Amino acid sequence: MQSFHPRQDYLAWGRVHRFTHHVARPAFADELPGVLAARGTMSLLGSGARRSYGDSGLNADNALIDMRGLDHVIAFDAATGVLDAEAGVILADILHLLARPANGAGTWFLPVTPGTKFVSLGGAIASDVHGKNHHGAGCIGNHLLSFRLLRSDGATVTCSPDENADLFKATIGGLGLTGLIVSVRVALKRVPGPWLEHEEFRYGDLNSFYRLAEESLADWEYTVAWIDCLASGAELGRGIFARSRHADASTAKPAVAAVAPRIALPVDLPSFALNSATVKAYNNWRWRSRSDEPVRHIVPFEPAFYPLDAIGQWNRLYGSRGFFQYQFVVPSPHDKDAIRAVLTEISRAGMGSFLAVLKTFGDRPSPGMMSFPMPGTTLALDFPNTGARTHALLDRLDDIVIGAGGRIYAAKDGRMSAKAFQQGYPMWQSFARQVDPHFSSSFWRRVTEGAG
Amino acid sequence: MTGIAIFGAASAIAQDVARLYAAEGATCFLVGRNGARLDTIASDLKARGAAAATTAVADLTDTTQHAALVAQAKAALGTVDRVLVAYGTLGDQRAGEADTTVMVRELTVNFVSAASLLNLLAEAMIPQKAGKIAVIGSVAGDRGRQSNYIYGSAKAGLGAFALGLRHRLAKDGISVTLVKPGFVDTPMTADIPKGGPLWATPAQVAGDIRAAMERGAAVLYTPWFWRWIMLIIRSVPDVVFRRTRL
Repeated sequence: MQSFHPRQDYLAWGRVHRFTHHVARPAFADELPGVLAARGTMSLLGSGARRSYGDSGLNADNALIDMRGLDHVIAFDAATGVLDAEAGVILADILHLLARPANGAGTWFLPVTPGTKFVSLGGAIASDVHGKNHHGAGCIGNHLLSFRLLRSDGATVTCSPDENADLFKATIGGLGLTGLIVSVRVALKRVPGPWLEHEEFRYGDLNSFYRLAEESLADWEYTVAWIDCLASGAELGRGIFARSRHADASTAKPAVAAVAPRIALPVDLPSFALNSATVKAYNNWRWRSRSDEPVRHIVPFEPAFYPLDAIGQWNRLYGSRGFFQYQFVVPSPHDKDAIRAVLTEISRAGMGSFLAVLKTFGDRPSPGMMSFPMPGTTLALDFPNTGARTHALLDRLDDIVIGAGGRIYAAKDGRMSAKAFQQGYPMWQSFARQVDPHFSSSFWRRVTEGAG
Repeated sequence: MTGIAIFGAASAIAQDVARLYAAEGATCFLVGRNGARLDTIASDLKARGAAAATTAVADLTDTTQHAALVAQAKAALGTVDRVLVAYGTLGDQRAGEADTTVMVRELTVNFVSAASLLNLLAEAMIPQKAGKIAVIGSVAGDRGRQSNYIYGSAKAGLGAFALGLRHRLAKDGISVTLVKPGFVDTPMTADIPKGGPLWATPAQVAGDIRAAMERGAAVLYTPWFWRWIMLIIRSVPDVVFRRTRL
């Protein structure tokens, strides 16, 4: 049977890029050598849950190995919290497994989780995902015991901090370019139960955000702010600050892990549905609906960590042209100035983002050489794809970010220039030496263009 | 504690059904052709909550092995509370037309073998006076079509067998559910272009199967809208139907 089949329907979450891929769908790990052998002259890239936004998980006119069938848990040790699983396992499945009484009913938790539980383990490593607890926990790469990497020459390499350490560091945040991540051993985190103590309140300007972030460092494991990015002048940077920490289970009844979205968008909304007027009205309403005083609740982790997961296919809100997510980090101590400059530019352009998320990163380094976070501040924004106008704004934002010594998150990018990438990731050339000669991606070809 | 026997345990749909039962602490007995793959599945099910998972390697086209397999299932599970018959081959229609041996093999795997197994399972389960069986048929069995009538006729035969068995076992408190999946996005269908609302995930189909089996439904179309698609396909008059390329 032929291994690769042409497909047009492999899109990233942002749905901007429309490519033909030659897709293989192994169901068991024993099929992988045959899949590699069938690549012909095509370059290879592993594909997971396709929750990265741009083209880092795409490989136009070349091969994708869809790893969703390799979703077997190999072992979970409820005494030590060590999970060994194939790379196609998604975080939602792990959460489901951890909710079982035999596994401690919510006494183990993901050490790091991004804003959606529908990412695969392999994808989480390839993007070295971070979460709202970055200031304490770092990235997922900080919690990996080891993983198995299949190279295009057929060799399976076990990578850990002590074994094949160069490949270990290159693969974490390595965008799938160092080979195929087959299975992963990750150390989970012990928590008192499946509940969170959660606070939310609004604040008035950027200085208040930094004060709250600083104050919350010691006592709150998870912090994040949603900001109203169309607010300007004295109100620039105003938003809603949210912070949470794991709560004692004795205060509440056990959480039910909702694996599937409760509702879903079956079709694309028309592209005018999210325009500057609706975004402005929504942001204004949301800010005004919150209290100035902290309101504390005991909540299950699902709505606190994964609010958007309740709406399946929310990416269709942006219509058939798709959207860009723009996430960058600027290093301290001048991060506040750069954030202010970016917000001023967005406000001036009148192109507000429906979702704008602001967070300070801590100083715990990830082992990943290409890992995105650095000590400073990160801001994530969504922009509907309106063509040249969107590109022009994002190019102006790149200048501010790169000028401030920052970088753009590759897992969310679908448009940055080679120059912006190479300046943001000065280690990229030493990383390139670890890239598998027969692995590539649309992203990688774009950002290494013109480089020897 | 529920004991479930799954024949053809390595298919994507079967694995997802097994996971649903495993999450409730079921004991699983898994039959398939590839021992290493069955071991992978057994470990996965245990991690996801199965009380135990044992495996048996068998070529189910060999009906002489069936009696021993059913005995093994009973020994592993104590009582055979749930059964999923999920194996089959989606053979090449043209190859079967060109070579009668290929055609007979396709009919044997999808109908004769499954009927043999179900007959023996019924004998083993009748003394229990309880149990639920699900058999995976196909929408292809609803009307013979030029593109896949060899496979379709075997599944039609299996469908009639399953419903007849259901009738016979009703007095013994055992239900038989005939499952007719539509298009399912699995490694088995990797070569067919996807997209659009007709394609379902194995997890969605598995959820439907479990629910239908538990309530003892006679026939399950999954996803649900295939009941209406097939009603239309069955209702098209022959004068029109024979002009189509379906």
